[in-house]
Amino acid sequence: MIPELGQVALLLALAVALIQGTLPLVGAARGRADWMALARPAAQTQFMLVAFAFIALMSCFVRNDFSLLYVASHSNSTLPLAYRIAGVWGGHEGSLLLWLLMLVVWMFAVAQRSRHLPAPVIARILAVMALISAGFLLFMLTTSNPFERLAEVPADGNDLNPLLQDPGMVVHPPMLYMGYVGFSVAFSFAVAALIGGQLDATWARWTRPWTTAAWCFLTVGIALGSLWAYYVLGWGGWWFWDPVENASFMPWLAGTALIHSLAVTEKRGAFKSWTVLLAIVAFSLSLLGTFLVRSGVLSSVHAFATDPRRGLFILAFLALVVGGSLTLYAWRAPKVGLGARFGLLSRETLLLTNNVLFVVAMLSVLLGTLYPLLLDALGLGKISVGPPYFDTVFLPLMAPVVFLVGIGPMARWKKAELPDLARRLRWAAVVAVVAALVAAWLAGGITFGATLGFLMSFWIVAAIGTDLWERLHGGGIAGIAARARLLPRAMIGMLLAHLGVAVFAFGVSMVRSYEVERDLRMAPGDTTKVAGFLFNFRGLRTLDGPNYDAVQALMEVTRDAKPVAVMRPEKRVYRVQRMPMTEAAIERSVARDIYVSLGEPVAGGAWIVRVYVKPFVDWIWSGCLLMAIGGALAATDRRYRARQPQAETVTGTAGAAA
Amino acid sequence: MKKLVFIVPLLLFAVLVFFLGRGLKLDPRELPSPLIDKPAPAFTLTRLDDAARTVKRDDMLGKVWLLNVWASWCVACREEHPALLAFSKTKSVPLVGLNYKDTRPEGLAWLQQLGDPYDMSIFDQNGRVGIDFGVYGVPETFVIDKRGVVRFKHVGPLTPELLKTKLEPILKDLNA
Repeated sequence: MIPELGQVALLLALAVALIQGTLPLVGAARGRADWMALARPAAQTQFMLVAFAFIALMSCFVRNDFSLLYVASHSNSTLPLAYRIAGVWGGHEGSLLLWLLMLVVWMFAVAQRSRHLPAPVIARILAVMALISAGFLLFMLTTSNPFERLAEVPADGNDLNPLLQDPGMVVHPPMLYMGYVGFSVAFSFAVAALIGGQLDATWARWTRPWTTAAWCFLTVGIALGSLWAYYVLGWGGWWFWDPVENASFMPWLAGTALIHSLAVTEKRGAFKSWTVLLAIVAFSLSLLGTFLVRSGVLSSVHAFATDPRRGLFILAFLALVVGGSLTLYAWRAPKVGLGARFGLLSRETLLLTNNVLFVVAMLSVLLGTLYPLLLDALGLGKISVGPPYFDTVFLPLMAPVVFLVGIGPMARWKKAELPDLARRLRWAAVVAVVAALVAAWLAGGITFGATLGFLMSFWIVAAIGTDLWERLHGGGIAGIAARARLLPRAMIGMLLAHLGVAVFAFGVSMVRSYEVERDLRMAPGDTTKVAGFLFNFRGLRTLDGPNYDAVQALMEVTRDAKPVAVMRPEKRVYRVQRMPMTEAAIERSVARDIYVSLGEPVAGGAWIVRVYVKPFVDWIWSGCLLMAIGGALAATDRRYRARQPQAETVTGTAGAAA
Repeated sequence: MKKLVFIVPLLLFAVLVFFLGRGLKLDPRELPSPLIDKPAPAFTLTRLDDAARTVKRDDMLGKVWLLNVWASWCVACREEHPALLAFSKTKSVPLVGLNYKDTRPEGLAWLQQLGDPYDMSIFDQNGRVGIDFGVYGVPETFVIDKRGVVRFKHVGPLTPELLKTKLEPILKDLNA
């Protein structure tokens, strides 16, 4: 009964979405207040219907209702409860439902927090969002229905893919989807503005906090995915340039460009048509990512079962949504103009450069991801593009971005003077160079790559320090504290996010240059020394998990005869799918991770053991977390929380934050 | 003229959609084998069920036959198995199993438990012959013609549709 109710809820949601996607739009064009007023209650209703369907599916998982095809293929009665819940998004159909749920959550939030927007604007925004959700509902109901019943009820389910049975899996997809789908808000604002022809600084102000919030979720989502790959896939790497990783990274790059571009549009009214294009592109890339993952056109570790009908539907939908919005853009944007003028050297120019670099980086990732497909489609053979391409292309693009992170916040709007900037930042530059050389020397040898990485990292830190000093100094400790309290939250958020970039760059440089990786053959009783740590393989034992059998190794790690850690890596075989899985043991600390994973058993009771020592690897994800926290602070700045336009006087003090 | 700039994103997107549409019709897992239209690698292996009897490539000359690479540890082979059992009932061409990186007892037990679709299975314990055939992932299936030339290769499990739409026409052509 419950699955049928869920199904009906989805059908009703489709009906509501179609109404919400049309009537308010027509109402806004004809000035009919009653039609426009439909948008908000419709959005609320749609939210409740989709949430109901989602809970219905979740309850089928919790109750082990294997009469549903989807539950039977992605769950099992021995699966722990947390993974039964996460199993809802463990396959194609449920992922789509999660995607849809996130979309209506954002739509609901927009409906609730938009009382101050003019009626035609909010009507258009909600209508555009409803059209997107109608497309996804139609997609689910026609090709990927999660509520499909089985004629014969199996005794037990096929179990969740063991790769996904991990705490990371519980939070990674919802976060990532919140980010992906969150860009639909900026997209809808942009399309609504193009339809209405009102693209001004207020438009940018409305869009900014939503975009930053979506960007924060996406940042956390990508970081969690990377962390998950680090300890679940057992390769010890943190980024593989896999097509699906790239699919999430491209919207992130476009989104990063967008939040910086929105700053200029809000403060200075400049780059309007460019900002609108970025808003369209960021969400289009989210849709493209969905297409790449769901259609199976690219092979990837994330391969889901594929069905050509699904690919065709998403492609048609993609063509309609993106093609439609870009057509609207080509038609309306020329009237918008670029907005205010600015000098050749100014904060605007620096941010424009940042934008161009991010967009070029995004296009190079897009090219690298689709290149195998392009060649194949042209009949030129099959190839795969791997990390060498991405590393070669990406680093030269990111180095100038990092350089700009230091300068941008200190440059004046409209017109800046080069000698002035050079004078203010000269000490920061000296400090960065000296600190980079010292850090590389301490870490184990000065190499070009490592020193460059450290230089980027310390440059940002030194520039932030200089910036803060200029803003706060004078009047002793009391004066500094008083000024610090007055710093707008958006400014603190920006500095924190930039600091996150520095922390991230530091972690990456450390890992890339100084990690030690050893693949060894070890039998119980053997010892080996890696990067100053002595690893003693004590023995093996077998374990019974709830739905897997495992072999667990016991490895004692000492340094200079002092115990450091006892590590227990496992090799699991999940009973239902007979799939072997590696559970690496990781001993974390601020300055290094020790990573041990079991490879394959070899002759004589020995195993191939992977032992890695990775300096500062956790800084990579900490950096991402800092960026997200910074974003969250900026998105909740009081000028956005203020509901009434009267409160705008406070933005004077926040004016410097970009 | 200046207005035309704003059409550029739309045009780029149109090109992208064109390629994505083409991409839908392609299978990224379908890898071309360098062996196609080349003689099958020579091999001499023992039978899985009888370590005393050896089988050579040239024993199969004059017949169109299928070589199916399988192993008892391979999950996808289980998935493929019913399709092979159904195919073996048609008795159209000899189906030879290449038992890849397996042990005799485990391989034989697997066949006993799930049914044996093969006219015979040959035993490639260390995977040498598999390497010569360029085995990429188990299961894999090769179509070899009367002159011992590889004519078709499929990576991954065979399905009833695939057997019907791809393999059977090829076999019919070769046997004609």
